[in-house]
Amino acid sequence: MKQKFTTLSATAIPLPIENIDTDQIIPARFLKSTSREGFGKNLFRDWRYDNDGNPKPEFVMNKGVYAGPILVVGKNFGCGSSREHAAWAIADAGFRAVVSSHFADIFRNNALNNQLLPVTVSEAMLAQIFSALKENPATEICIDLLEQTIEIAGTTSKESFNIPPYKRECMINGYDDVDYLVTLRQEIATFEESKK
Amino acid sequence: MNTLFDKIWDSHVVKHIDNSTVVLYIDRQYIHEVTSPQAFAGLRSRGIKVFRPEQVTASPDHNIPTINQHLPISEPQSAKQVAELESNCAESGINIFPIGSERNGIIHVVGPQTGLTQPGMTIVCGDSHTSTHGAMGCIAFGIGTSEVEMVLASQCLMQTKPKTMRINVEGELGKGVCSKDIILYIISKMGTGGGTGYFIEFAGSAIRSLSMEARMTICNMSIEMGARGGMIAPDQTTFDYLKGREFAPQGEEWEKAVKRWSKLYSEPDAVFDKEVTFDAADIKPMITYGTNPGMGIAIDQNIPSPKDLDTAAQVSFDKSLEYMNFKQGDQMIGKPIDYVFVGSCTNGRIEDLRAFTHFVKGHKKADNVTAWIVPGSKEVERLAIEEGLRDILEEAGFKLRQPGCSACLAMNEDKIPAGKYCVATSNRNFEGRQGPNSRTLLAGPLVAAAAAITGVITDPRDLM
Repeated sequence: MKQKFTTLSATAIPLPIENIDTDQIIPARFLKSTSREGFGKNLFRDWRYDNDGNPKPEFVMNKGVYAGPILVVGKNFGCGSSREHAAWAIADAGFRAVVSSHFADIFRNNALNNQLLPVTVSEAMLAQIFSALKENPATEICIDLLEQTIEIAGTTSKESFNIPPYKRECMINGYDDVDYLVTLRQEIATFEESKK
Repeated sequence: MNTLFDKIWDSHVVKHIDNSTVVLYIDRQYIHEVTSPQAFAGLRSRGIKVFRPEQVTASPDHNIPTINQHLPISEPQSAKQVAELESNCAESGINIFPIGSERNGIIHVVGPQTGLTQPGMTIVCGDSHTSTHGAMGCIAFGIGTSEVEMVLASQCLMQTKPKTMRINVEGELGKGVCSKDIILYIISKMGTGGGTGYFIEFAGSAIRSLSMEARMTICNMSIEMGARGGMIAPDQTTFDYLKGREFAPQGEEWEKAVKRWSKLYSEPDAVFDKEVTFDAADIKPMITYGTNPGMGIAIDQNIPSPKDLDTAAQVSFDKSLEYMNFKQGDQMIGKPIDYVFVGSCTNGRIEDLRAFTHFVKGHKKADNVTAWIVPGSKEVERLAIEEGLRDILEEAGFKLRQPGCSACLAMNEDKIPAGKYCVATSNRNFEGRQGPNSRTLLAGPLVAAAAAITGVITDPRDLM
């Protein structure tokens, strides 16, 4: 059973850049581990640290101004590779939700399979979140998966978001696809027979 | 009526979970050393075995060295991943093509080349460029490691049906224009997110006229506009390519298969969620100037000065040019380069090596250029040697390396140094893709060849 996700009200870290690809999220040279753990320290590695491994002070995660389990990013987030290590790295760094106006398909699936909630908002809502965070870094974002809504706390900025119903169930209850698919093995074998 | 995509999808639905999610049967899974170890570990922790090992094929490719493959891998973590792939396959009864063996290579080159990839199949791999196989008329797409585990466990995936898009390219291609230019052109028009949510069928007379390998280059990069995958209806070109290959049906089975595959096309009245048409005559040799594959222009154009971008888009565009150390309005032709990389699942096939080699024949590699010519598979390497391409390359000052993903993603030793410019026939020009702070210019094999012999970005048509 995985960790369940129902609601989350928390502060957020903004990264208003578009087309953030999986090589920025976790560069290929850090994909050599054979476990799922420990990728968080290399999240956004080349934006976050210089060549000697010292934190770059201008990068948002190093500024000391922003903190929180919600990552807010520009559109087409997670484009590029299918590496699930990108979702692992974000989750391992302590994030539980990512908010953008557009996610790359494979990243979105990978996030959902790791109880990391991708919340797709309108361009206008994304702009409002960025501007609210700029004005007040302590702004809270409230995500309600049960109601499928997201809002900026203390404002009227609120909208609903889409998620496939099956995946919503999995997130809320901590279900796991592998467990379910294994129970279908007999049905799958029958399907195979029918195609012969 | 049905699209090609619908026909294959519908025949693979095991059951509907709700209105949007189905259990989709997967005919074939390819695996490699980087995205599979955690999936096998997951199965072990659940105490379950691989469900259909005979439908899984493995080839280590991502982090293997491209020289001295007869020696043990010196980088310990890469060696560990490759060793783990070998032991996982041995334990599960999965067929593997080990390093140095005659069938080894980049899995997306190996699949079609051995005849494992066939029309009408559903194919997945823990690699986004799995879309390559769609060129043979299948539904092929990249998946994450959790999904690799699902397919190992059940030969199925939980999927929502993507929307369909048809991209037509009509007319005749101009001089010096290859399939890489077609796809870079399409991505430059659609944008890197333009295909998100869609499965794309490529059609039209210009696509039909392409060889099987050229079609693979197109489908390979459909992921670079965010599409779930790309596909091309199988035709005589497909059947001629596949016939006689090791794992293709043989004899009577072949005849039956061709009959079945000949029904795989979109009906004349099929409706797509989106349809776009391009004129082949508008396409010129292409090159990218920025840090995503959508930032491409005809090689004789100048870097654009986009207007009307919103703040986030402007910030991203400026950041990209700053990384590349280019300026708006810069001319691409004449810019000096440092490296040329020919290879990858995009352009590492024998036709690509032939095109590059014939272009550089009788010329010499420019002194300021380091060139890595990396065949996509052991078979491509064998053909290159047998056809005399290696001799021609060596005569011109180039060396043929051994197969692997190499400098496409720089997981092995083949890294472009910081600040250096590399004209690459691969698929991604992301920041640091080819090594920390490396600068990638994506192009086809002819643009790469022209740059390799002149040392600067050069229009290949001027040398033809």
